[in-house]
Amino acid sequence: MIELIDVAIRIGDFSLNKISLRVEDGQYAVLMGKTGSGKTTILEAICGLRRVQSGRIMIDGQDVTRWAPADRNIGYVPQDLALFPSLSVKEHLEFGMRLRRMSSGHIAKKSQELANWLEISHLMARKPKGLSGGESQRVALGRAIAFGPALLLLDEPLSALDAATRVSVQGLLREVNKRTGISVLHVTHNQEEADSLADTCIRMQ
Amino acid sequence: METRSAQNECLARNDELVRPTNTIQVSGDRTLKQNRIRQVRDTLFFLIAGGLSSCFVLLIVLLLIADLTFTSTREFGNALMKPEIQAAFVLTMLSCTAAAVMSLWVATPLGYLLSRFRFPGKHIVDTLVDIPIVLPPLVLGLSLLILFHQPFPFSKWFFPNSNWELENWLREDMGFPFSFRWPAVVLAQFAVSCAFAIRTMRVTFDQIHPRAEDVARTLGCTRGQAFLLIALPQAWKGMIAATMIAWARALGEFGPIMVFAGTTRFRTEVLSTTVFLELSVGRLDAAVAVSLLMVGMAVIVLLVLRWIGATLSS
Repeated sequence: MIELIDVAIRIGDFSLNKISLRVEDGQYAVLMGKTGSGKTTILEAICGLRRVQSGRIMIDGQDVTRWAPADRNIGYVPQDLALFPSLSVKEHLEFGMRLRRMSSGHIAKKSQELANWLEISHLMARKPKGLSGGESQRVALGRAIAFGPALLLLDEPLSALDAATRVSVQGLLREVNKRTGISVLHVTHNQEEADSLADTCIRMQ
Repeated sequence: METRSAQNECLARNDELVRPTNTIQVSGDRTLKQNRIRQVRDTLFFLIAGGLSSCFVLLIVLLLIADLTFTSTREFGNALMKPEIQAAFVLTMLSCTAAAVMSLWVATPLGYLLSRFRFPGKHIVDTLVDIPIVLPPLVLGLSLLILFHQPFPFSKWFFPNSNWELENWLREDMGFPFSFRWPAVVLAQFAVSCAFAIRTMRVTFDQIHPRAEDVARTLGCTRGQAFLLIALPQAWKGMIAATMIAWARALGEFGPIMVFAGTTRFRTEVLSTTVFLELSVGRLDAAVAVSLLMVGMAVIVLLVLRWIGATLSS
C-alpha cells in the first residue's frame, strides 16, 4: 500500500500543495490531470527522484519520504521509457535483479519467464535502438517489474503508441496487475484509458 | 430582352460560384518570372563567404608548403636521426600520453559533476576550470614555479615559523624531485590539457539524458553505480575525444614547460622546446624538420578526432 499525506513539492515557480492519495495493495489506480498539472512530478516524488518540501510518503506503513530511490522498491516507467542505450534487452530485464545480488540461476529463469510472457524473448540480444514503440514499452515494463517491486509507476504509458499497439499494451498492463499483484499507479490525461483500466480513479484539480 | 436578362442572371450566378464571397484574392498577376538579380545575389554571397574563408585556409596551406619546401627529405632524415631529437620525441610521446590519461581521469568525474549537479560554488569551480584555457601559458608556468618553490600558501597560518616548500618536501622527504625534471613536463602539460578535457567531458554528459540514470537509481543503483553502469558506457566516444584533445594540447605546450621544467637536453626537452632550442642556435633546418614532424602528429590526431566525430553523429 502506498500513501501520500499532505505532500508539497516545489520546483522553481511551480508548486504542488497538499497532495494526498492512497493506493491499496494490488489495486490499479489511475491518476488523471491536465497536461502540466504536475502528474510526472508526483511520480518522481514517490520514487524518490524529487525532494518533497513537506508531507509524508508511506509505503507499506513505512515512512520513506527521505529514503534513496534504490531503497523504495518501486518500478518506474517514465514517459520517454529511458531505456539504457548500451545494454541489451536481456540485460535490461536482469538489471534490477543483479543489483539485488539474486542468484544467477534465479535471474536467468526469471528473465526468460518474463521475456516469454511479454513476448520479447526473440529480442533478448538486441539493443534498444531500433525497437518499435510497443517493443520498447514491453522492455521498459519488464525492467520495472522483474525485481518484484511493491508498486509500479507508469507515466503516460500509452500516449506514444498507435491504436492497435495501444490496445495490446493496455491488456498487458491489466494482466501485469492481475498476475503479479503489484499495485499500479498509472498517470494519464485520457479518460478512456482511465475508464477501461482503473479500479480507482484519482483526479487532480 | 427577357432571355438576355435571364442569361445575365445565369452569368451572375456562375460568377458567384467561381468566386465565392469568402475567397481572398492574393495576387492578380499569376505569370511566373525568373528573377535573375536574385540568382546573381546568391552567387555574390558565395563569392564573398568563400573569399573570406579562403583567406584562412590559404594561410595554413601556404604555411605548410613553406615548411615543406624549406627542407629536403635528406635534411628531415638527418635531423630526426639526432639522438637529442629522438630523446625529445620519446619524452614528448610519453609525457603527452601521461598528461592525456591523467586529464581523462580528472575530467570524467568533474565533467559529470558539473553536468549533473547543482552545488554551492559550482559557478566558481566552472570559472576556475577555464582559467588555464585563458591564462597566458608563460604565466601558468611561472605560477607553477612559484607554487613549488615558495613557502606553501597558508602554511604560515597554521605553523607560524614554518618555511614548508612543496619542492623541498618532494625532494627531501619523498625522494622525488619535481621541478626541472620530467614530472614537471607532465604537470605543465596536464595543467592546460586537463581544462580542455573537462570542457569536452562536460559537453558529452550534457548530451546524455539523465533520465536513464534516474531510472537506474529506482532499480537499485547508487549514484556511483548509475554513473559507472549507465552514464559511462554512453560516454566512451566523448572520452576518446577528450583524451585526443588533451593529447594534442599537451603536444603544443611550450611556455609552461620552458619556465617550470627548463629545456635541458635529454632530460626535459620535448619537441616544442626542441624547435625553440634549434632555432636559438641558428639551426633552422632542424627546427623546420621537427616542426614538420609535429605537424604530422597533429594531423594524425585531427584525423582520428574527425573519425570519432563522424561515428558519433552517425
